[in-house]
Amino acid sequence: MGIRLILAAILSVATAAPAWSEPLAVTEVAPGIFVHQGAIAEPAPDNGGDTANIGFVVGGNGVAVIDTGGTPELGRRLRETIAARTDKPPVVVINTHMHPDHVFGNAAFEGIPIVGHANLRDALAARIEVYQRRLADELGAEAAAGIAPVRVDRPVGEEVRIDLGDRVIVLTAHPTAHTNNDLTVFDRQTGTLFAGDLLFLDHLPAVDGSAVGWLRVLDALERIPAVRAVPGHGPAAVDWPGALDPERRYLTTLVQGVRRVLKAGGSIQEAVAHVAENERDRWLLFDVYNPRNVTATFAELEWE
Amino acid sequence: MTGYPMRKPQEMALPMALAAGFLMMLSMPALAATDAAEDAARWDLLRDMYFKDRPVEEAGDRMRIDAPARAHDAALVPVRVEVDPSLHLKSLSLLVDKNPVPLAATFRYGPASAGGSIETRVRVNEYTNLHAVGETQDGRLLMTRVFVKAAGGCSAPALKDPQEAMARLGRIKVKLLETAGPGSAANAQLLISHPNASGLQFDQVSRTYIPAHYIQSIAIRIGGQTVLEADTDISISEDPNLRFSFIPVEGGSLEVTAHDTKGATFSQTVPLGAGGG
Repeated sequence: MGIRLILAAILSVATAAPAWSEPLAVTEVAPGIFVHQGAIAEPAPDNGGDTANIGFVVGGNGVAVIDTGGTPELGRRLRETIAARTDKPPVVVINTHMHPDHVFGNAAFEGIPIVGHANLRDALAARIEVYQRRLADELGAEAAAGIAPVRVDRPVGEEVRIDLGDRVIVLTAHPTAHTNNDLTVFDRQTGTLFAGDLLFLDHLPAVDGSAVGWLRVLDALERIPAVRAVPGHGPAAVDWPGALDPERRYLTTLVQGVRRVLKAGGSIQEAVAHVAENERDRWLLFDVYNPRNVTATFAELEWE
Repeated sequence: MTGYPMRKPQEMALPMALAAGFLMMLSMPALAATDAAEDAARWDLLRDMYFKDRPVEEAGDRMRIDAPARAHDAALVPVRVEVDPSLHLKSLSLLVDKNPVPLAATFRYGPASAGGSIETRVRVNEYTNLHAVGETQDGRLLMTRVFVKAAGGCSAPALKDPQEAMARLGRIKVKLLETAGPGSAANAQLLISHPNASGLQFDQVSRTYIPAHYIQSIAIRIGGQTVLEADTDISISEDPNLRFSFIPVEGGSLEVTAHDTKGATFSQTVPLGAGGG
């Protein structure tokens, strides 16, 4: 009897497990445009590494996948979601930049061409081992197994248009901002911009490229005639270009604050302790990212 | 989400932590003790290696290392060694105990130095002690240490924008931080744009390690007199950075010369009062 109860408990855990492999929840933010909203958190066992917004665009002939999630498993679940929403096959995978929470699901799309910024291949190649090791630390070796080697079949230098069949999407490669390989995707039919991590809401922006460069890129991005954007982290869809305001305010505060410390001859430690402190209550993950952003921006602006 | 390799490797997945919880609680203090013993053994080894059988005393409050307890970027950990000016050190060595090449730098002070306090930035490969060892004029060795939590700094691809970094390779910038009059101490910061490649950074496309290429010596002089000479190694971060103090001379210039491991020489002369670079 006791054993039977334990067995029942084990069985119920076992049958609950496949729920993990269910399709990902998506929202259709505009006709034919689906977005899965990731958790605003660091990759951890409770979120399974599902911490970035990813999505897909359905055209007349096929589907463009825009980012694939933080693990091969998330990529597989995204693929199941696509199959549940349309009978069109995925024909292209677009990576908005090198970070693992956006590209480690690529493993589920073997044989499908991958498109990314011209700098993506080298940037990811230099980091993938470190990313893979870190994911194993965060989620365990099993979740980090089976990550696909770096592959960029079509590097984008400036702009590329892809016709999905009665639907043209425009891919634009940007100068160094969030990273040195940021790419945005614009669907002209619905005026939807997949901004990747050039747009953060709620989640503090993370500077892994250049804060000054990012502010310049925001000025260029703002001119894209979109009505809505899909941020890399934040809600599934937001108004454009109004949603740029909080990020621009933070990055401006960061750059001005670091410049002030540099001008006064202060050190990195002083900058970390004070810069952008007034932004603390306006964001999630402030204590994780602000010290790194200040450190990176300090090292960048020293050369001005 | 992002590109900073710095998490402690030993963090456990949740289910395993739950299952092993009881065992962990029992063995935790023992583990901590083992870590401390391991750190001490490591230091014994390094002391023998770098200082032979010379006695090394605790510096007490005459020397202190200021570094973040938990680094924000393991490839760029700011470290300041505060040295009591009354010590008049002959040289100062900075060690990152558990790095592949622990000795980050040795600084030798010249007659134009205005005190032994130094600030630089290091790579930290795993949770480790940092040691600073000062040598007095009469040959005594004084030591202080601090523990830093950071990981992955030696293999981290720190270059955020490789094209821009290569474009400014070898550029030297000297900032005069406080310009007091001639005769009294002044502070300066030296920056050298250089990838300081550690030889431990792996490129997955070429399937090779990026060859080591780093600044190995720096000399700073004023009016022909030495302020500081430094031997530096791969534990120093990309774009080597030094803060130091010196005694200005009327109408003098700070002269900086650096050599890297490929035989390149970089130099810069900055007139006092002009600043910049």
